[in-house]
Amino acid sequence: MASAETGLLRVRDLVKHYSAGGLFGGGGRPVRAVNGVSFDVARGETVALVGESGCGKSTVGRTVLRLQEATSGSVTFDGTDVFALDRVSLRRLRRHMQIIFQDPYSSLNPRMTVGAAVAEGIEIHQLASGADVGRRVAALLEEVGLDAGYARRYPHEFSGGQRQRIGIARALAVQPSFIVCDEPVSALDVSVQAQVLNLLADLQRERGLSYLFIAHDLAVVRQIAQRIEVMYLGRIVESGPTEPLLASPRHPYTVALRSAVPEPDPTRRRSRIVLGGDLPSPSSLPSGCPFHTRCFHPARNERCRTELPLLRPVGATLAACHYAESTPTPVPAVAASA
Amino acid sequence: MTRVLDVRDLRVSFPATAGGRFHPVDGVSFSLDRGETLALVGESGSGKSLTSLALVRLVPPPGRVDPGSAIRLGDTDVLALEGEALRRIRGRRIGMVFQDPMTSLNPVLTVGDQITEGIRAHFPVSKADARERARALLQEVGIADPAGRLHAYPHQLSGGMRQRVMIAIALAAEPEILVADEPTTALDVTVQAQILELLDELRRSRGMTVLLITHDLGIVAGRADRVAVMYAGQIVEEAPTLELFAHPSHPYTQGLFASVPRITGPVTRLTPIGGTVPQPTAWPTGCRFRPRCPKAFAKSELPPELLTVGPEHRMRCWLAEGTTVRG
Repeated sequence: MASAETGLLRVRDLVKHYSAGGLFGGGGRPVRAVNGVSFDVARGETVALVGESGCGKSTVGRTVLRLQEATSGSVTFDGTDVFALDRVSLRRLRRHMQIIFQDPYSSLNPRMTVGAAVAEGIEIHQLASGADVGRRVAALLEEVGLDAGYARRYPHEFSGGQRQRIGIARALAVQPSFIVCDEPVSALDVSVQAQVLNLLADLQRERGLSYLFIAHDLAVVRQIAQRIEVMYLGRIVESGPTEPLLASPRHPYTVALRSAVPEPDPTRRRSRIVLGGDLPSPSSLPSGCPFHTRCFHPARNERCRTELPLLRPVGATLAACHYAESTPTPVPAVAASA
Repeated sequence: MTRVLDVRDLRVSFPATAGGRFHPVDGVSFSLDRGETLALVGESGSGKSLTSLALVRLVPPPGRVDPGSAIRLGDTDVLALEGEALRRIRGRRIGMVFQDPMTSLNPVLTVGDQITEGIRAHFPVSKADARERARALLQEVGIADPAGRLHAYPHQLSGGMRQRVMIAIALAAEPEILVADEPTTALDVTVQAQILELLDELRRSRGMTVLLITHDLGIVAGRADRVAVMYAGQIVEEAPTLELFAHPSHPYTQGLFASVPRITGPVTRLTPIGGTVPQPTAWPTGCRFRPRCPKAFAKSELPPELLTVGPEHRMRCWLAEGTTVRG
C-alpha cells in the first residue's frame, strides 16, 4: 500500500461476489471471492498476488481489467477511473493494460495463424497499416525469442513454452505499460519456465513495463517481484517488499505458505508447518479472522474468532493478524554435514 | 537389502504414422530395494510416467513393452504374466497413486464403496469387515470423521482429501511397492506438504517401497533415498540423493538445477536450458541432449553409456571419461 503517489495502478476496497443462483435458481449463499482488496503497482514494478486456489487472486486480476465487473471498489489506472469508463473508452484503455494467461493455447484461436493473432491488436487499435503490420509482427516474434517465419504457422504446431511466447508477443503488440500475468509459467516445465521468466524480466527492463504477477509459487515470485501481496479467502493478509516478507513473514498463513515451499536442498532440515484442515468455502467464510480455522499461532484466542484483523504495519510488512508481533517463524536449520 | 523390483532395458514403443515404431521409453534400467524411495525425475515427455505404467502392464495400446525388456518383481516375471495372475499384482503388489484423483475415482460410487471394492478384490473378507477396514484406512490417511466420509461421493471432497482417498485405495491392497506419479502436482503447496508428509509416514509405518515420479527437484530433496534423472526416454544420471544434489554431473541435470528459482540465497538471473525437449518420434542421434548441451563435443555424436562418476553415481555422458571418479 506504499508508493501510492507514484502508483500506475491503484486498487481500493475491491469486492467481487458471485450470486449462487445457477441452474436451480437462487437461494444459495453468494460466493465471496474478493472481500476488500487494496494495493498499488508503481511504474516499472512487479507486484505479485500470491495465494492458493480459491483465494481470489485471479478474480482480482480480471476485475482490474474489467474482464469481469467488480461488485464494488475502485481501480485507477494512470489517473483514469477504470470502473467509470464506457465501452469505447474502455477499449482505448485496454491498449495500455494487457493480460497473459496460464494456458496460452486456450486463449489463441486455433484457426488463426500466429501472425494474425499477434496482428489483431495492432489492427484493432490502428497502430500500423499495410506492410507495416507484418513488419511489426515479425519484430515482436523476434523480441520474444521466436523465428519471424512462425507468423504463418498455427498455434497447435508449437510447444507450451513457445505458445506462452506467442501469448506474450500478442500482449506486447499494442505497446501496453501494464500486464496482468496470470500464472504465466505454472504449466511449463522448469527449463522452459526459466526461459519465460527471463524473457518477462528483460521485457520489463527494456520497455519499462509494470506487472501484476499472479502466482502460487513463492520461489517463482521471488525471482520476479519487488513486492508481494499474500491473499487468503479474498483478502490480503500480508503485504510488503519481497525479501523481508519471505525472510520474516508476520502473518501465520504466510509462514505456512513459505515453509511449504519444497526446497531443492537435501541438507536443509525441514522445519515445516503443515497446516491442518482444508480451505473454508468462500460461500461460508469464517467469522473474525478468515484464517482462524487453520491457524497455529500459540496466541490465537476468542478475539480471532470474532474480530476481523486489519492490515497494519508490523516490522517491514503489513500483516492482518491480531498477534503478528509474536508470530512464530520457523528458522530452517542446516544439517552439520552436507 | 532385499531387492523387490528389477527393471532391465525397458523399452516401450508405439507405431509411427510413417511406419515402424518409436520409443518414448528407450532402455531404462533400475531397481528398488525394500523400504527405499527412488525418485524418477524428468520433464514432460521424458518417459517417466510410461515407465511406471509399464511396471503394471498398463501401457495404453497401441503402445507395447518391447521384447528384450525385463521386469522382475521378486521372483515374478511381470512381462510373462497374463489374465488373473497379472490382475493380482496390480494393486496387491504394486499400488498406484496418480496426479489427478478426480479422474481415477468413480464419481457415482461412494468413497466407502470404492475402498471396500478394492479390499474385497484382494482379500476374502465379509462386506462388514471390509467396511471396517475402509474406515480404518481413511483414519490412517488422516481423514477427519472417517466413518462419516465413507458415505461421501468424490465431488464432495476437496482435492487434498480426494488424494488421501486415492492413497487409502492404494493401501487397501497392502502393496509392497507404491508408485506415486506426480501425487501432489495438482494440489496447492500447503496441501502438497500434507500429502508428502503422509506418504513419508506411511512408508515408515508400513515399510513400503516407494517409486516417486516427479518433475520437482524440491520434492525429491526431502523424500528420496536415490534419484534417477530421465531425459528423452533414458536415465541420464543416477545417484544417492545427497550425492546427486551435491555433485550434479550430467549437463542436463546441471541445467535443471540452474533453471529452478530458489526461495533462499541470492536472487540471480536463471540460466535456462536452451531449445526445447525433443519429440519421441525423432530422438536426436548420439547423445540425446547434444542439441541443447553447452558442453557437447565431438564424441557426443556417439550414444553415451552410463558411466561412473562417483560413489554409486553414474551418468550417460562421455564427459565422465575425462573426469576422476570421486569416492
